[in-house]
Amino acid sequence: MDADEITRALRRMAGEIAERNGGAARVALVGIRRGGVPLAYRLRVLLRELEGRDVPVGTLDINLYRDDTATANPSPVVGRSDLHFPIEDHDVVLVDDVLFTGRTIRAGIDALLDYGRPSSVQLAVLVDRGHRELPIQPDYVGRVVSTVRNERVDVVLDADDGSPDRALVLEAASGDSGEVRA
Amino acid sequence: MSHGFRHLLDIESLDTREIVQLLDTAEVFFDVSRRRIRKVPTLRGKTVINLFYEASTRTRTSFELAGKRLSADVVNISVSTSSVTKGETLLDTIKNLEAMHPDVIVVRHASSGAPHYVSRHTRAGVVNAGDGTHEHPTQALLDAFTMRRAKGRLAGLVVTIAGDIAHSRVARSNAHLLTRMGATVRFCGPRTMLPAGCETLGVEAFDSLPRAVEGADVVMMLRIQSERLGEVLFPSTREYSRQFGLNRRVLAMAKPDAIVMHPGPMNRGVEIDAEIADGAQSAVLDQVEAGVAVRMAVLYLLAAEAGQSPLS
Repeated sequence: MDADEITRALRRMAGEIAERNGGAARVALVGIRRGGVPLAYRLRVLLRELEGRDVPVGTLDINLYRDDTATANPSPVVGRSDLHFPIEDHDVVLVDDVLFTGRTIRAGIDALLDYGRPSSVQLAVLVDRGHRELPIQPDYVGRVVSTVRNERVDVVLDADDGSPDRALVLEAASGDSGEVRA
Repeated sequence: MSHGFRHLLDIESLDTREIVQLLDTAEVFFDVSRRRIRKVPTLRGKTVINLFYEASTRTRTSFELAGKRLSADVVNISVSTSSVTKGETLLDTIKNLEAMHPDVIVVRHASSGAPHYVSRHTRAGVVNAGDGTHEHPTQALLDAFTMRRAKGRLAGLVVTIAGDIAHSRVARSNAHLLTRMGATVRFCGPRTMLPAGCETLGVEAFDSLPRAVEGADVVMMLRIQSERLGEVLFPSTREYSRQFGLNRRVLAMAKPDAIVMHPGPMNRGVEIDAEIADGAQSAVLDQVEAGVAVRMAVLYLLAAEAGQSPLS
């Protein structure tokens, strides 16, 4: 996906979020660190254009909720979560860049629920690449991409070097020079 | 990627990158303790043993809460020093604990070096919770965490540590950590309580509290241990308090925004006036809050490594 395709997909997703939730009055966006955070902020801008209001945005670091900390070695660097608003009265949309096994989302849901009991939890992802290992499905998808399991999907947003936004599938073992398929 | 911590035995062997990683990780856990649900599932299925050969309420409780807020199973063992023969019995204890597959053992012991000894006989990660007059690394980390939150940095701070320095593992660990991070450390106490060779630690020595406090960003008072009162180190509590107690007049010599710290338990009216201990500049309870966060960070980083290495 190039920058325009990403923007169009996000605009459609913002519309779907507003449609499903009857506007944006009770919607909150929670980006999963780190890839989901810039997407959550973009969705907020798009929701403001559609609905004329700013929804709260939070960030969630899921490392303390991983199911592989016992085997992860060395221990992952944990980052801070920032949920400064009460989630109780909100329909919380978890936002991530790539949906793969579903394990990150499982951890994200568990982490979120330790902050309170939202009215509902929904899931928005830019790329769904398949290969789920848990029964988790997205509510809002930018694009479904069929991948081989050991391929990599890279989403680049707001790159430091000013390079354009993009979502790429990289062939396995060919690293950053891999052939772009999506 | 993060650096692996096998044990936390002292500050002296940590480099600045490791210190910063511990403090940054503690920031995350600081937030956890302020949430409505003060618990994360991270160390589910891990076992932490608190093995305390010295009396402690604050440190043991802090480690216990840290373990529980990480969902580890925590077992406390308090052993009165009088009932053990050092050496062989400690080894036997460790062998017995080892047979129960702990992931982390937290050790406090009156003998300097005891945690290092324990670490050579267990697969578990070992945390030094205070060993004799040697080190108390988690205290130094929580002190640094408190200073960093209050001042936004460690480099360039002037930190005065006053009291019975020679016998203080807190002073020693703090000196290692703070000098490494670029702070200036001043030790202050009666000459009989200042260690030989302050220079090798990179600290300045003072025997006048007002001079030591002048221009300080942090004033840390150490407890005068009652068991040392009336000894030859200083003549009387009252005289000590007059010369080395922190009161409003002396604190006025420090920077206006200086913070006052104390590892506890405090002797009010001896090394610190009550009005200072409870005053606006006191960070004493911030230190206690930081303690849980720092110990969660230590347990988190050690538990990931525990059991991975063979018995050395």
